[in-house]
Amino acid sequence: MHEWALAEAVVNAAVEFSDKEGLKKVKEVTVKVGELQDVDRKIFRFALSQLEPDKLKDATFHLVTVKAKLSCHVCGNSWLFRKDKYDEEVSEAMHFVPEMAHTYIKCPKCGSPDFEIAEGRGVWLESIKGVK
Amino acid sequence: MVDPRPSIITKRLEGVKNIVAVSSGKGGVGKSLVATTLALALARKSYSVGLFDIDFTSPSTHVILGARDVCPREEKGLIPPVVSGLTYMSIVYYSGELAAPLRGAETSNALIELLAVTQWGDLDYLVIDMPPGIGDAMLDLIRLIGRAKFLIVTTSSKLAFETVKKQVRLLKDIKVPVLGIVENMKIAGSDAIKDQTKTLGLNFLAGIPYDPNLESAIGHPDKLLTTTLGKASKIVASSDTFSC
Repeated sequence: MHEWALAEAVVNAAVEFSDKEGLKKVKEVTVKVGELQDVDRKIFRFALSQLEPDKLKDATFHLVTVKAKLSCHVCGNSWLFRKDKYDEEVSEAMHFVPEMAHTYIKCPKCGSPDFEIAEGRGVWLESIKGVK
Repeated sequence: MVDPRPSIITKRLEGVKNIVAVSSGKGGVGKSLVATTLALALARKSYSVGLFDIDFTSPSTHVILGARDVCPREEKGLIPPVVSGLTYMSIVYYSGELAAPLRGAETSNALIELLAVTQWGDLDYLVIDMPPGIGDAMLDLIRLIGRAKFLIVTTSSKLAFETVKKQVRLLKDIKVPVLGIVENMKIAGSDAIKDQTKTLGLNFLAGIPYDPNLESAIGHPDKLLTTTLGKASKIVASSDTFSC
């Protein structure tokens, strides 16, 4: 249920953003969900539905999965993260703190842990649409 | 468009009355030992205390506490386990025995993540063990937790205090509260750091001589509190600086 905390952050940020933009009602919220963090979408969506305040009651949440793209600082190699290559314990560490990728993943070309998580790290609020 | 995580950090810490960042511009001055022992001393005074190790690339408070076979519980976030009376959070739960080679942006991201998902509950004090330096971690902490107060650790060395002075001036310039300075591994007979601390307009919280028994007390919290560091920490924890 760690997803609950992330969902709470999304709802909180969405309300803050809609207040700042002067939106009376939020209609659509698009959230990018990076594959590296491996968020359980079912739990995440359930948490969003339970947490939504009045302002977000009519909002539709779109969850867009983003593949995790890693890019090596040393040799310039870029590659896509594949969850099935790692055991449950490692996946869980990256689930809670995606930066643990640097502990458990090495560049497949040069073996360096010095890479960038270029895309698909975790949860990101991509866009909000609503009415003023 | 926006990272949603920082927006929830204030709420995650709303049950925490006081946040103390144990910091030093210089490495190797004993921040982790001071942070851990201070947290233990505060807990022994019946305060509810948390300890958060944010030295992600070289965490050591778990060694000082002798924390083994514990990990956070998942419940609407992460609930840290209680170790030696402290609600204790560290990245070591996830990195284990392995290194976490993180660049600055990655340490920031890991800090935001843990601040966003950790459910600290109600605490009188949250003691934060900072990494050394006047860089990402210090700036992130000030940005993300505006109300943290800094406790600065130095040794008697001019080399350490030179950087500490710069750090203190910066914190004062940006109006971040500094609780005072702890002189660790104090050279006997010298009051130079104490005098200069007063010149800076700060509280000199303690001068702690090196205790040869300290090394054998690592991993044993009760024994740690009997060392010169432990005794000084108890005095600091009982001072007006920590009257909750």
